[in-house]
Amino acid sequence: MWMWVAIVGAGLLAWATKYAGHVVPERLLDNPRVHRIAAYVTVALLFALFAVQAFTSAGAVVLDARVAAVAVAALLLWRKAPFIVVVLVAAVVAAGLRALGWG
Amino acid sequence: MSVSVATGAYAISFGALSVASGLDIWQTMALSLLVFSGGSQFAFIGVIASGGTAAAAAMTSTFLGLRNGFYGVGLAPVLRPLGGARRAWAAHLTIDESTAVALAQPADDLGARRAGFWWTGLGVFVLWNAVTVVGAMVGSRIGDPADWGLDAAAAAAFLGLVWPRLASRRAQAVAGASAILALVLTPVAPAGVPILAAAVIAILAGWKAPRAKDEVPE
Repeated sequence: MWMWVAIVGAGLLAWATKYAGHVVPERLLDNPRVHRIAAYVTVALLFALFAVQAFTSAGAVVLDARVAAVAVAALLLWRKAPFIVVVLVAAVVAAGLRALGWG
Repeated sequence: MSVSVATGAYAISFGALSVASGLDIWQTMALSLLVFSGGSQFAFIGVIASGGTAAAAAMTSTFLGLRNGFYGVGLAPVLRPLGGARRAWAAHLTIDESTAVALAQPADDLGARRAGFWWTGLGVFVLWNAVTVVGAMVGSRIGDPADWGLDAAAAAAFLGLVWPRLASRRAQAVAGASAILALVLTPVAPAGVPILAAAVIAILAGWKAPRAKDEVPE
């Protein structure tokens, strides 16, 4: 039940954010500091999500097969591989290591 | 063309990872339909996957959608004049892809900019929602997500989403500090909080203007 409330709420907030950009007078949002903070919020949250997803399990820092998988993913991103290749190879590396009994 | 291939790849990953995080197919579809912003949707399921509350998921998703508000500021002069219902639709379709294609057209060709926005926005909307369903069905047919490496795939997906935004030194510093803060907070704070806390680092980093050569990411 709360999940549905959160999903619909997230949808409404997402739409309201987008709509605000279309209707709010330009000078209110056209502030370099606000722009910078908004850009860094994207970087900060995405990278925090990455760190939590890659290096934690159930409220503890855990290093397992995911470490090798994201290292390979970073290498592929650096070599400009497409998104789907990066995601698939990461899954294969982690699944392969686990099938061998490592992490 | 490249936009639609990339969209399909994101959508199938999202659908599968959303189901792996514990949402059902209907909830997964609702996120794509109602939130319609890849980063925000990945954030929502990422917080749920890490054990966070539904409220923390909605909050993180909203913070990640803030950039769409700035896209609207850039698009408003292009789409003007726009009536009520059409403006509501234009707002819903305001995402990375539609903004990028619209603003990539020549500045003096408003017609091309409008066409770029509407066709990209509508095309991505249809594709995104259709392929999300496919991803969710794939995700629901496999057993333990960890056996398939789906937890590692989700981590790689976040890395892929943030990668193009890490060009400047300050962005890299923000990323590093956010990761350290999130990992330090993980054992002591409720799930979801370590991710939201990274927003504080963004505010500190963005407060002062960087030197001229250190550009701010888009």
